[in-house]
Amino acid sequence: MSTETDGSFVDGLEDIERKRLYGRLFVAVCFASTLVGVVALVALLADVLYESWGWVSWEFLTYPPSQAVENFLPGGRGAGIYPALVGSIFLIALTAVFTVFLGVGAAIYLEEYAAESRLKSFVEANIANLAGVPSIVYGLLGLAIFVRWFQLGASLIAGALTLTLLILPIVIVSSQEALRAVPDSQRQAAYGVGATKWQVIRDVVLPRALPGIMTGTILSLSRAIGETAPILMVGASTSLFVAPDGLTSPFSAMPMTIFEWATLPEAEFQHIAAAGIVVLLTILLLMNATAILIRNRYDPRS
Amino acid sequence: METDRARLASRGGEDPDRRTASDRDRRSGTPRAEEPVIESRDLSVFYGEEQALQGIDMSIPERRVTALIGPSGCGKSTFLRSINRMNDLIDVARVEGELYFHGKNVYDDDVDPVALRRKIGMVFQKPNPFPKSIFDNVAYGLRVQGKDDDVERKVRTALERAALLDEVEDRLDESGLDLSGGQQQRLCIARAIAPDPEVILMDEPASALDPVATSQIEDLVEELAREYTVVIVTHNMQQAARISDKTAVFLTGGYLAEFDDTSKIFENPQNQRVEDYITGKFG
Repeated sequence: MSTETDGSFVDGLEDIERKRLYGRLFVAVCFASTLVGVVALVALLADVLYESWGWVSWEFLTYPPSQAVENFLPGGRGAGIYPALVGSIFLIALTAVFTVFLGVGAAIYLEEYAAESRLKSFVEANIANLAGVPSIVYGLLGLAIFVRWFQLGASLIAGALTLTLLILPIVIVSSQEALRAVPDSQRQAAYGVGATKWQVIRDVVLPRALPGIMTGTILSLSRAIGETAPILMVGASTSLFVAPDGLTSPFSAMPMTIFEWATLPEAEFQHIAAAGIVVLLTILLLMNATAILIRNRYDPRS
Repeated sequence: METDRARLASRGGEDPDRRTASDRDRRSGTPRAEEPVIESRDLSVFYGEEQALQGIDMSIPERRVTALIGPSGCGKSTFLRSINRMNDLIDVARVEGELYFHGKNVYDDDVDPVALRRKIGMVFQKPNPFPKSIFDNVAYGLRVQGKDDDVERKVRTALERAALLDEVEDRLDESGLDLSGGQQQRLCIARAIAPDPEVILMDEPASALDPVATSQIEDLVEELAREYTVVIVTHNMQQAARISDKTAVFLTGGYLAEFDDTSKIFENPQNQRVEDYITGKFG
């Protein structure tokens, strides 16, 4: 026995060394994959910032767009992204209201009330599939239903409803996950002291799931604010000179205006488009930061 | 109000009659002819196709500690959860037979499980306080039941009865999650007794705790039996022997092998399998 084990642990070291080498190679590959994403993002941001340098000004934020470059320059009459900026903010605010009610409502029903059945599995599978449908298809749907059938025209509300359809599946799925993450022991604790189902959901389940629901919703809204295809189908204007002032007014949105500028022949418009992208990205990053803040701040476990 | 005052009095030890009566009973271990508060008749529970409880007949006496023991998977927790209909929350669970609470079958159609759970509180295996303040944790049951007058006093009384008030008195607004495991479990006991139920069900309340916290919970259980009927599931036989008046031994497959005074079960069990289990031949 002892002669067999003596020194046996110093044998086979090469094998261990080789396996360790594989491990290091694996780490290198994973690290490189991480770098690709980070480098791409940094390069994009650097390029946009460089292109837009000097073009983002107070006037840019507060004036309607113009086809003439000189209006964008200091001392010009003033031109910018104002109607599209307001349009985008209104659009996303409306979409937020619709998605929170519909998305969270559907998620609560599916997760807390609906009994396990084939119908429920079927509905859930379809919701998950809808999350993968290209946004242009939602645009066509919005055009057919809201613009034509409901006679809403190329209006702000038609755009918001279309974007709602687009992100609703993602909001439902992420809200369901947040609800599912609430430990059963918490529900049982509430039932144990004689709470009704409604009280359990209102007092225990929703507060606990809310940070997750908010995070999922805000991240979906950040996706919606950058969408171009669906609102293009619904009939958003590429350049509008007044900001929308009601649910049924025509509207523009930042991605539309940016796209319009990028197609103009003058070289300066590339810088102006970049300036528009900076404004869009700033709003987007602010929204994502809010999502992270909510997740960290209102997590009841911390 | 009157019952509250009586309880406060007895908690302060100003009710010598009852205390001695109860103590005498426990020492002698003689069976008492008394009205059972909970009675099961041929109670079976199924999880889908699987039968977890096989026609249980049992009478649980008032203001005593009744322990349910047995190897894992013997159905003791299932029986406990069928008393306050927590099994209703499991989709595939199905109950046959009757379970009487004060002579009323709780599985009758006209019984609202929520109303039942307001009479029969529950403490779970793992401490499960809400991510709320200590005060709000204890007040939760009062609030959902609409007993929210004089919440302050009721919360303090519950905390005191759960032997936790001294440790948390000056930080009632801190999160219940900041307490130690044993304190959390006593907080959950306070939460269960605050709305003043008649029965407290405990599902292995000390199994996740260290020995010191365990013995605190055990003392508390004995104390609570002065006011409440306590039914406690435990996998710890010594614990059952220490704190209970009656013991039910369940065996694998969901059979109730023996149910009697705790002293009898541990000193002179009638059933050979029960004796084997008690003496540690299996389990």
